[in-house]
Amino acid sequence: MDFTLKIWRQKDAGSKGSFNTYSVKDISSDMSFLEMLDELNEDLIKDGESPVHFDHDCREGICGTCSMYINGRAHGPQKAITTCQLHMRSFKDGDTITIEPWRAKPFPVIRDLVVDRSAFDRIIQAGGYVSVSTGGVPDANEIPIPTSIANEAMDAASCIGCGACVAACKNASAMLFVSAKVSHLALLPQGKVEATSRAENMIAQMDKEGFGLCTNTGACSAECPKEISLTHIARMNREYFNAKQTSNNIPDKEEVHEG
Amino acid sequence: MILDSKSPHGPLEEKWSKHIFDAKLVNPANKRKFDVIVVGTGLAGASAAASLAELGYNVKAFCFQDSPRRAHSIAAQGGINAAKNYQNDGDSVFRLFYDTIKGGDYRSRESNVYRLAEVSLNIIDQCVAQGVPFAREYGGLLANRSFGGAQVSRTFYARGQTGQQLLLGAYSALSRQVTNGKVQMFPRTEMLDLVMVDGHARGIITRNLITGKIESHSAHAVLLCTGGYGNVFYLSTNAMGCNTTAAWRAHKHGAFFANPCFTQIHPTCIPVSGDHQSKLTLMSESLRNDGRVWVPKEKGDKRSPKDIPEAERDYFLERRYPSFGNLVPRDVASRNAKYVCDEGRGVGATGLAVYLDFKDAIKRDGKDTIESKYGNLFDMYKQITGENPYETPMRIYPAVHYTMGGLWVDYNLMTTIPGLYSLGECNFSDHGANRLGASALMQGLADGYFVIPYAIGDYLATRSYDKIPTDHPSFKQSEERVRDQISKLLSINGSSTVDQIHRELGKVMWDYCGMSRTAEGLQQARGKIKEIKERFWSDVKVLGTNEELNMSLEKAGRVADFIELGALMIEDALNRKESCGGHFREEYQTEEGEALRDDENHTYVAAWEYQGDESNETLHKEQLEFENVKLTQRSYK
Repeated sequence: MDFTLKIWRQKDAGSKGSFNTYSVKDISSDMSFLEMLDELNEDLIKDGESPVHFDHDCREGICGTCSMYINGRAHGPQKAITTCQLHMRSFKDGDTITIEPWRAKPFPVIRDLVVDRSAFDRIIQAGGYVSVSTGGVPDANEIPIPTSIANEAMDAASCIGCGACVAACKNASAMLFVSAKVSHLALLPQGKVEATSRAENMIAQMDKEGFGLCTNTGACSAECPKEISLTHIARMNREYFNAKQTSNNIPDKEEVHEG
Repeated sequence: MILDSKSPHGPLEEKWSKHIFDAKLVNPANKRKFDVIVVGTGLAGASAAASLAELGYNVKAFCFQDSPRRAHSIAAQGGINAAKNYQNDGDSVFRLFYDTIKGGDYRSRESNVYRLAEVSLNIIDQCVAQGVPFAREYGGLLANRSFGGAQVSRTFYARGQTGQQLLLGAYSALSRQVTNGKVQMFPRTEMLDLVMVDGHARGIITRNLITGKIESHSAHAVLLCTGGYGNVFYLSTNAMGCNTTAAWRAHKHGAFFANPCFTQIHPTCIPVSGDHQSKLTLMSESLRNDGRVWVPKEKGDKRSPKDIPEAERDYFLERRYPSFGNLVPRDVASRNAKYVCDEGRGVGATGLAVYLDFKDAIKRDGKDTIESKYGNLFDMYKQITGENPYETPMRIYPAVHYTMGGLWVDYNLMTTIPGLYSLGECNFSDHGANRLGASALMQGLADGYFVIPYAIGDYLATRSYDKIPTDHPSFKQSEERVRDQISKLLSINGSSTVDQIHRELGKVMWDYCGMSRTAEGLQQARGKIKEIKERFWSDVKVLGTNEELNMSLEKAGRVADFIELGALMIEDALNRKESCGGHFREEYQTEEGEALRDDENHTYVAAWEYQGDESNETLHKEQLEFENVKLTQRSYK
């Protein structure tokens, strides 16, 4: 198969970017999309041209590193997969494929298709955890959890933090990502204790990072490689309203943390 | 030099508690005077960084990924073992210990393995408390499954994403300590050298992968939690970024490398589809609980699997191993798949695959049950191959998956360099010559949550609080060495890309030091690797500069280290004149083609000491003493 690739090239965060056009030939339909880009890069290097930089690591759809906007869709045309799981048999011979980085202000471009998603880490640091230290915890079977609750928590916890939800959203909202963590922990008895402050603090950090508001378009969930449901956004909203109704509005930061 | 494992004396079940009591303590108020560097943020690194920070140490944690949440522990599918005996089926700490020692083909250290089995209990408690959503029974209690040939159900799991959930748990604990100011996190940062002062590990040199800035970090102890070296084979189930650079560069400073030839080939991976292949994908071993492995009885039978009648199929694992059947350990399953393919009975376009068939399981349990157990794995298979495993059998073939070898460590997880520790897959200690399924996650978290917090105090309590400034000559020399290597890589400007050379290395390693090895082949490989090394340093082409995000440059440094490690693996495989676990030397096998150990001469850990670029490494032996289990021929008949 032969393809024409229009790829976003940008030297670094401070430079202006633009699309470059490349052609690749004799591509096997069994190749993954990233293997096709590997081939392009091998050719570019041999010609003395800088290879296209893109983030990738596990190449089996779980680490959440790969992040490409392909033909106007996060992770490309297939549903419920990451870019690394996309194979060339999903395209037609002769296709022109447009490849861009995630486009969102809180995800600045580092180089070519590589963006900075550290905002997600800072949101988790704001409260995406249960405050237990190592040791001294109860036996794992001490608190039974209904399978329906455990399953719903697992659905939420499946989020891989790739950022497709933000890239797909016209408002660059991070509500699906944040709600997945809030919902996962709020559902479980272990996470319930801090559910109120968690929802407040994570949402405050999300706003601070400059993510947009949610207008219930649902593009995030439609493009999510792990099919995280909008239900989690609804649950987060409930947690947040409850929190605000009952909160003494003391930011968590001022509470005393023991290391 | 005599390798002292520092294993405590006394009865097996008292060793760890006695050791904890005997270990020196650092007063809580003094812990904040010590800085600890943690390299790698997978299960071992993230859990160690979080736990040490909770105790009060100042931690600096480093990872090459853009976030600590992406370390390759995340890809582990099947589960995590723990001797909880929740299923009332006869499990115990001793049984988990015994299975691990036996599964490792009697090449691991009893004291370490027993401790691993002991703390396995705490790990599950800890993870549940963090909110890890393990699978549960209808009554709300935790579910277990039998995994990888274990005769008891001791594996805890979170669908097919156990590694992900455990890593996100450790990552959340780490994130909490970042907020508390006790961990300083450095993502997209790669360790390129270890810094030694007065014979102790006192810091590291890193490269900021975005700006290229070379930086020095000083501390009182350094923990390497950098995973395994499976990518020496180019094709493996490891993530693309997995590398040996931190461990290898520490090795060059005097950390012995133990049993490098012990690599695990996982039997159930999706076969290679062509030369473009960049990595291999594992299909969880749990599939062997319900799938049946077979090939046609006749050579070169190219019929579609559904056209091959039962009588013309060879369920070779069930035939050869009636009591374990499809659930034999990984090394046995892999080797047998290789045998039938070597006989010309392999399936698929390349002939390098065997079938894993769910037809009978679907008939027995219904499609819905199979889907609920393995749905995500079946989807992944379909995505990659374009075939539907509900209708046609999966094709699988063994692939490099895990490395049991690693930096030599004593009972305290300290390497032969004082102050330098190695945790998780990066060390050699617990899995002997073959790792059991669902035990990697257990070991990573055991080391990080429950071993290092005690072990490190014993060392730091003897050290002064003084900090070494980063303008100390040792730091400056190491920085210089790192800069020189980078300049050299950028200046060669030859004609081979880094990936090209890496592929060649991988092919040599797979052909001669893979599933089966011979003295003759290994000697040939020795010469081939020498040639690859020469070509790398004279002909590699790395474009761009240091002062930018430069992924070719990152890879080049890692491949340079893989080449040297590959050479050592060959020497280790030549030295070990026996077959055990994942190391199969064709010269040493039973009449039935099973691995033949030589306990009299090889019941030792081979720990290699670096002697400079031009010289051969020196072998040191740690004799393994077995006081609690009797060495037997593994039999899975």
